[in-house]
Amino acid sequence: MSSSLIQSESNNPEISVVPFRRHEPGTQPDYFYPAYRTTRLRAPSQPLIFLPHTLSEVTGPVFGHSSVHPNDRDLTLQHTGEPLGERIVVSGRVVDGDGHAVSNSLIEIWQANAAGRYAHAKDDHPASLDPNFTGTGRTLTDREGFYSFVTIKPGAYPWRNHDNAWRPAHIHFSLFGPAFVTRLITQMYFPGDPLFAYDPILQSIADERARRRLVSKFDLETTKPEWALGYRFDIVLRGRESTPLER
Amino acid sequence: MDLTPTPSQTVGPYLHLGLTDRQSLSRVADDRAKGERVWLIFRVLDGEGLPVPDAMIELWQADSEGNYAHHDSSADGAGFGGFGRQATAEDGSCTFETIRPGCVAGPGKTVQAPHINVSILGRGILKRLSTRLYFAGEPANAADPILALVPDNRRPTLLAHPDTARTSNWIFDVRLRGEGETVFFDV
Repeated sequence: MSSSLIQSESNNPEISVVPFRRHEPGTQPDYFYPAYRTTRLRAPSQPLIFLPHTLSEVTGPVFGHSSVHPNDRDLTLQHTGEPLGERIVVSGRVVDGDGHAVSNSLIEIWQANAAGRYAHAKDDHPASLDPNFTGTGRTLTDREGFYSFVTIKPGAYPWRNHDNAWRPAHIHFSLFGPAFVTRLITQMYFPGDPLFAYDPILQSIADERARRRLVSKFDLETTKPEWALGYRFDIVLRGRESTPLER
Repeated sequence: MDLTPTPSQTVGPYLHLGLTDRQSLSRVADDRAKGERVWLIFRVLDGEGLPVPDAMIELWQADSEGNYAHHDSSADGAGFGGFGRQATAEDGSCTFETIRPGCVAGPGKTVQAPHINVSILGRGILKRLSTRLYFAGEPANAADPILALVPDNRRPTLLAHPDTARTSNWIFDVRLRGEGETVFFDV
């Protein structure tokens, strides 16, 4: 972990903070989305209070760098045998809202196996566990913001939200970016999944173009001949306001 | 390329698999860190007042001098990372060990009272919830520019209280919805 600090000397408290841009309406999910049943008990009922960005929001942690191992980005190499299912390469680039690379930043992923079962004690879906697949990975973006994972295409699975409810196949992504406010946890989907229209978690994003950003693209360029299909998933974290805000 | 930020999605019920089983961080400051040592006891409750057993809490805070261990800064902060994350237990709780942060510069010439920036993630939470933990009885709270944005009657939801049995333990309930609902911020 980096041990460096930003100074906020009390004898000179006038510090210019460059705030991060706010989201356009409809491009992020609402908290309360009744079709996703659990939000009825876990979404705030009061409006959020607008918080102008201070040092607390524009700074962020360095986390996980010392604990990333080279094998962590290949989820098919974490056990003695090959996991079952369709081997895939998931890669892309992480940039901010101005298109600048988010470099050397931790990405954590987790997912179900090819049968649609998580290696998690609370998952009781009666589908096979795979002794050769845990379904977790982590990596750091490179200098240009690029990342790549090798994994197995996850299966769809039922989730009891409503009658005959199935989640489209997805991979969970967790990213930090440079600041407290750039933290992002999301899910990557696969192109053409017929379950999209029935999935309230994806549909909770009102803007259709924004929803499409969560769907990876088949990518012949990163497809490895005789070995694995490639999917491309680019991620955009929040960018900063263009001019420093002096108060 | 479209540069609209990527939308958030819930972490779902199996977040432990990818996040906290792999790397949980209950100590925000280790023994080398200077300052008053405190334990922060969080409890997450849903709209029916029931514990949320599958949430994750993340913390981000300044050190005892009010400095953040930010990634592109250059001073030395031995034993202090300023970041913590943990999953809640069956009773909706989790405890972090840390030091009480110092005051942090605010907008203009204002000074922010000691506070912890808190994120709550979980199943049924489609995007991260953000709140702040302040310390009850702290004199600097009165001039805090962010607390000043919160209506008087809701401000108490942002205050942690010391445990009467052990005053280095600070208790902070996060009520996601309904009566006594915690103030959440649009960050």
